[in-house]
Amino acid sequence: MKLLVNGTAHEIDAPADMPLLWAIRDLVGLTGTKFGCGISMCGACTVHLDGAPVRSCSLPVSVAQGKSITTIEGLANGGVDHAVQQAWQQLNVPQCGYCQAGQLMSAAALLAKHPHPTDADIDTAMAGNLCRCGTYVRIRQAVKLAAEMVAGGAK
Amino acid sequence: MSAVNRRDFLKVTAAVGGGLLVTINLAACRDRGAAGGAKAADPSVFVRINPDNTIVVTIPKSEMGQGVRTSLAMLVAEELDADWNQVRAELAYYDPKFGDMGTGGSSSVRQNWMPLRTAGATLRAMLVATAAREWGVDPAECTTDNSFVHHAKGDRKLHYGGLAAKAASQPIPAGVKLKAKSEWKLMGKDRIGIDVGPITHGTAQYGLDVKVPGMLYASIERTLVFGGTVTSFDKAAALAVPGVKDVVEIKGVGIGVTVHPGVAVVATNTWAAMQGRKALTIQWDAGPHAAESSESYLATMRAAVEKKGDETVNTKGDPDGVLAKSAKVISGVFETPFLSHATMEPMNCTASFKDGQVELWSPTQYPDMATAEVAKALGLKPEKVRVNLTMMGGGFGRRINPDFSVEAALVSKAIGQPVKVVWTREDDLRHDFYRPCSVHRIDASLGADGMPEAWRHRVSTPSIDVSYQEKPPEGGWGPNETDGSANMSYRIPNRSCEYTLQASGVPRGWWRAVSTTHGMFAVESMIDDLAAAAGKDPVEYRLAMIDGVWWKQPPDFPEYPFRADRLKGVLQLAADKAGWGKPLPKGHAMGISCGYDHLSYAAEVFEVSVVNDRLRIHRVVVAADAGPVVNPNGARAMLEGGIIMGLSAALKERVTIKGGGVAQKNFDSYSLLRINAAPVVIESHFVETDTAPTGFGEPAVPPVAAGLANAIFRATGKRLRTLPLDIKLA
Repeated sequence: MKLLVNGTAHEIDAPADMPLLWAIRDLVGLTGTKFGCGISMCGACTVHLDGAPVRSCSLPVSVAQGKSITTIEGLANGGVDHAVQQAWQQLNVPQCGYCQAGQLMSAAALLAKHPHPTDADIDTAMAGNLCRCGTYVRIRQAVKLAAEMVAGGAK
Repeated sequence: MSAVNRRDFLKVTAAVGGGLLVTINLAACRDRGAAGGAKAADPSVFVRINPDNTIVVTIPKSEMGQGVRTSLAMLVAEELDADWNQVRAELAYYDPKFGDMGTGGSSSVRQNWMPLRTAGATLRAMLVATAAREWGVDPAECTTDNSFVHHAKGDRKLHYGGLAAKAASQPIPAGVKLKAKSEWKLMGKDRIGIDVGPITHGTAQYGLDVKVPGMLYASIERTLVFGGTVTSFDKAAALAVPGVKDVVEIKGVGIGVTVHPGVAVVATNTWAAMQGRKALTIQWDAGPHAAESSESYLATMRAAVEKKGDETVNTKGDPDGVLAKSAKVISGVFETPFLSHATMEPMNCTASFKDGQVELWSPTQYPDMATAEVAKALGLKPEKVRVNLTMMGGGFGRRINPDFSVEAALVSKAIGQPVKVVWTREDDLRHDFYRPCSVHRIDASLGADGMPEAWRHRVSTPSIDVSYQEKPPEGGWGPNETDGSANMSYRIPNRSCEYTLQASGVPRGWWRAVSTTHGMFAVESMIDDLAAAAGKDPVEYRLAMIDGVWWKQPPDFPEYPFRADRLKGVLQLAADKAGWGKPLPKGHAMGISCGYDHLSYAAEVFEVSVVNDRLRIHRVVVAADAGPVVNPNGARAMLEGGIIMGLSAALKERVTIKGGGVAQKNFDSYSLLRINAAPVVIESHFVETDTAPTGFGEPAVPPVAAGLANAIFRATGKRLRTLPLDIKLA
């Protein structure tokens, strides 16, 4: 089975029903995408499938075949961090950081769809991503900062 | 604070490949280590100055999001006058001879405050001496800044990296002077976390990301009834799953460790192991606790607080007598559930057993405990166990426990190969060490001035200590369980705290801030009720009763006595910053609470509205005093996080015991607070009392539930005394 992850093709040997998450982590070897719950309730495993955010813990790898998969390792564009990464760094959002790959992927997908999100847009788009350390207030601020950065010309 | 004997605890040597290596013997110089008679130990902290000017600090604590890799590196870098951009933090490994390396109790900055700053200052003096000798000048004419030694008179400077190798042969100076706070360049100013880059790029390595050569993956079916055992199992179907390599039984390990009996399925990847596990057929013996439930515990705890407790934790005056004679007794019964830590990274550990030795890569808060218990369980000497620390996706006290480390070591030994044991969310939620459930009853009476005259507080819980030791600590099970209750800070002439132990087969453990999380809920809610009954302002009421120590302080931390002025200081600051007493938008109300936890002080104001029975939290203002603040940005993060975790517990979380096991399975049934219910604003303020620092990890958590309940009371007139609070969110 062939998987296209962050622009690179990987040949893997996986059963069709293996969740994309485990294929990415154990078989492709990219561990930035995290396991949190296995039932799409926490968002730690969020990746982009042809640009749309999906919970990789509950998506059979076969569904991702032939599609473009972007993980946190591929979010930066040619060495330049995505605006959400820059904003997250600037506002020191992460605490333990474990959920943040999923948060960043959800936030990047939100901004791609809504370049100027309201608080309500942010809460709706990010409500699927749990953070046990409690970084929510900073996440809201960082999404807004990233939106400003994008408006100012950042990627 | 006693001075550190620098000659004994510091060693400086030339580093391989140039540069200089400082080794610091923490066990020999820590405040508690020294007091506790820890024997002189080998160095457990290393500071390395490389020829390329990078400075690497090996952090002797576990990082679980509290920012310890940043704050401890700052302690060294400040006194060293290092270029912060060139400072790196390195993960430690544990060796039994290093002494105490556990992370918990908001203790990391407190314990390392003297040794790490002294190390930095000593090293700086040696670099200065080296440069001065090169130049043939008096070291007193030299200054340091950004990893350079400067000689202003001669208009010259030398980089630390170039000096390091020569500095290694300098004598180690004694009596170096540490900076006054006014001289700080790095500390006291906002620093971004040292790991924020790797975290936002997905390259930070957590325990679950560990990969070692030849490693297999394991998933374990454990008894769902606490105390249950495996009677028999059929592994044929599991072995037929593609990728499954082996199936082995794991015998339980008892009190103090609590590895649950179960069956491990080992495979070439995580998914195959999970699928194999599903195919297992296991016969269980449910054991002695199968009939226990949250309801059965509640019934006996409720009954227990209606009569005199089995233990009297403390008494002052004659509360029983005063209450018996009082015309009006005000009473409140407060109930809180078991809680799960629910770290975002489920438990896991990688172990490699080979030739009578075992190496672990463990996201553990206590590598010392893990080492000791792995050695015991495998019948090895502790020196045959090596525990490497990893980054951790949250800890909150869960990862103090050595269970997941011991379990991984047992699996690796059984299969003779390196293995990563991956816990599912269900495993994590159903095999935690839970914050005990509790029932509190407080009876109080007021004097003619409206101030409390008598206060009798009865507490019943399944004690945490019972999960770790057969016999009660000196003084009984009560004192640890009534932290926040027996030692509440208000002057009441007649007061007592009583405790009754509740039997339970549920493993209990330390959940961020521990017993104050329920004790302070009861105390601070009750004080608010008394203020209302007296018709007094809740802030004034509290301030009038905080003026001394009204309980016997435990002897553990004589250097950090409770100070009434500090608790009043945070209370006043929080009230001032929140605009307490000033007009609020229509429908808004404020509640306040305060407390003393893990040697630090916090007060919190919650501004809420309740419209159509739905709660919205508009604003939270917190003031905290843990002494001087090393990294304000990180400290604010701890306060914000503590408040969110406290709100999550106050509004959402409940572990229910049914049939001797946990009824919840995953985040669908064990809800955590999500972003859409988080307060719009959290404002953090510090009172920086001039003393040795304590810690910010825990003290913001315990005031939350009461502060919120008090705000809801002010908004609705309804007093909620059971957690999670019975109110819907807007």
